Amino acid sequence: MKLTIEQVRHVANLARLSLTPEEEQRYATQLSAVLDAVAQLQELDVSGVEPTSHATLAASLLREDVTRPSLPPEKGLANAPSKVGTSFAVPKIIE
Amino acid sequence: MELTDLSMLELAAKLAAGEVSSVEVTRACLARIAQVDGKVKAFLCLDEKGALAAAEASDARRKAGSPASPLDGVPIGVKDLFLTEGVPTTAGSRILEGFSPPYDSTVVGLLKKAGLPIVGKLNLDEFAMGSSNESSAYGPTHNPWALDRTPGGSSGGSAAAVAAREVFGALGTDTGGSIRQPAAFTNLVGIKPTYGRVSRYGVIAYASSLDQVGPMARTVPDTAALLQLIAQHDPLDSTSAPVEAPNYSEDLEGGVRGLKLGVPREYFIEGMDPEVEATVRQAMAAYERLGATLVEVSLPHTKYALATYYLLAPAEASSNLARYDGVRYGLRAKDAKGLREMYGQSRDRGFGSEVKHRIMLGTYALSAGYYDAYYVRAQKVRTLIRQDFTKAFEQVDAILSPASPVPPFKLGEKTDNPLSMYLMDVFTLPCNLAGLPGLSLPCGFTKSNLPIGLQILGKPFDEARLLRIARAFEREHDFSRRLAPL
Repeated sequence: MKLTIEQVRHVANLARLSLTPEEEQRYATQLSAVLDAVAQLQELDVSGVEPTSHATLAASLLREDVTRPSLPPEKGLANAPSKVGTSFAVPKIIE
Repeated sequence: MELTDLSMLELAAKLAAGEVSSVEVTRACLARIAQVDGKVKAFLCLDEKGALAAAEASDARRKAGSPASPLDGVPIGVKDLFLTEGVPTTAGSRILEGFSPPYDSTVVGLLKKAGLPIVGKLNLDEFAMGSSNESSAYGPTHNPWALDRTPGGSSGGSAAAVAAREVFGALGTDTGGSIRQPAAFTNLVGIKPTYGRVSRYGVIAYASSLDQVGPMARTVPDTAALLQLIAQHDPLDSTSAPVEAPNYSEDLEGGVRGLKLGVPREYFIEGMDPEVEATVRQAMAAYERLGATLVEVSLPHTKYALATYYLLAPAEASSNLARYDGVRYGLRAKDAKGLREMYGQSRDRGFGSEVKHRIMLGTYALSAGYYDAYYVRAQKVRTLIRQDFTKAFEQVDAILSPASPVPPFKLGEKTDNPLSMYLMDVFTLPCNLAGLPGLSLPCGFTKSNLPIGLQILGKPFDEARLLRIARAFEREHDFSRRLAPL
């Protein structure tokens, strides 16, 4: 399956990656090759087969809805590239 | 023999006998690192102060007659994917440059509690995505057996540090073979435990339904002892299994007489290195001499495992790596105008080529219009692969195979072709898809002295039997005792 540059740009946008034109070209070629290789899965009849999301877990992964200790704000903010008081600071969102 | 040439348990015996102190041996490791790591490049970060403080505390416990564990005082290293409080953790990526975790991962906490000085953080493929260590943003690690070759990946730094005798053992992670393939490439024992056996709390995620933490060491008893320290239920990890770990060292010498060992007919493929095939077949024959019965088994969906893995793992990775957005930690593009541009530029600058490749692939597989055709179908094929193993294990106690189709390859040999690199995982990744335990064991060398590994796969939570099977071979052969010429 040949991916077009437009499709690569669309996927990059979904993935929040700003690719250079050279990267777009490279990923178009590489991803097309990988998608060709994985196309072999289409030859299998999987009707009636249940999907496996976790190999060894049958139980629900949801934990009890109870309060647990969490990081204190100063530790949570310690690696922030930018912060204001007890908040993470980001560039202006609303134009 | 140098102090650093000892196995973990040999060293533990000397520590117990008072023949050497943990501080002395930690200093010996640091000296060895200073001597050889310029060539091997296994370490991304040393924690000399922390390791020596831990060693002093261990010596004090020993003096008071209360060692914290059988490996108290034995210096080790951990893959730079494990959060270590106050010690930089990068996942091999520029996007986490300068990140100092505010807490320890559970496994690191367990090692500290058991008294093992953690000497430093070990190199890896960026976010554990790779089979050669070459996708690390900090340059590749070199194989101590041949410096122009890869130590494998993604836990290549962990493998190389142990093989180079810089530390006595290490922790790695295995999503598609990332413990077993580097163990095979560096003449180590490495085990990927059953999914859920070891906590992943505080371990930077790659593909959450496949990732598992495991130990790497030079001998089977060392590997068993290290696994013992980390194999326990963790309420902080909702995927951690509430299954009690047995004593892995207790039945290690039990042998293989009477066991049925499966040989999958689909695991000897075209293009496999002839020396690897011959050596692995010799190892299988050795098991027959030791009293096991070899039984041919079929895993008919093996040929679909690679495609299944390379849809599911990137899909999960694209989701997991969405958290690196420049907001809370890690690299932020400072000159970006607006939030959207900041996300895009931060991620583009922070992630390397292979990571971007997998994020793109995963995002595509999960996107509207393709989700059912790629992601859901791959999950269904995963079910078929699991069923193959379930059927095989109705006939046999464990399965033998090569760990890698080739011996360690040269650095740079496969970097331009992702598909060729992905083929390196062809024997290891079905085990991750099925959530099974798998072990790699030194089983011989090529004519040019490159290590070859035998893979042993087992039933869920059957790590003890895998270790026993591995030990039966190790006892009869000296491969594990051979040291890298460095």
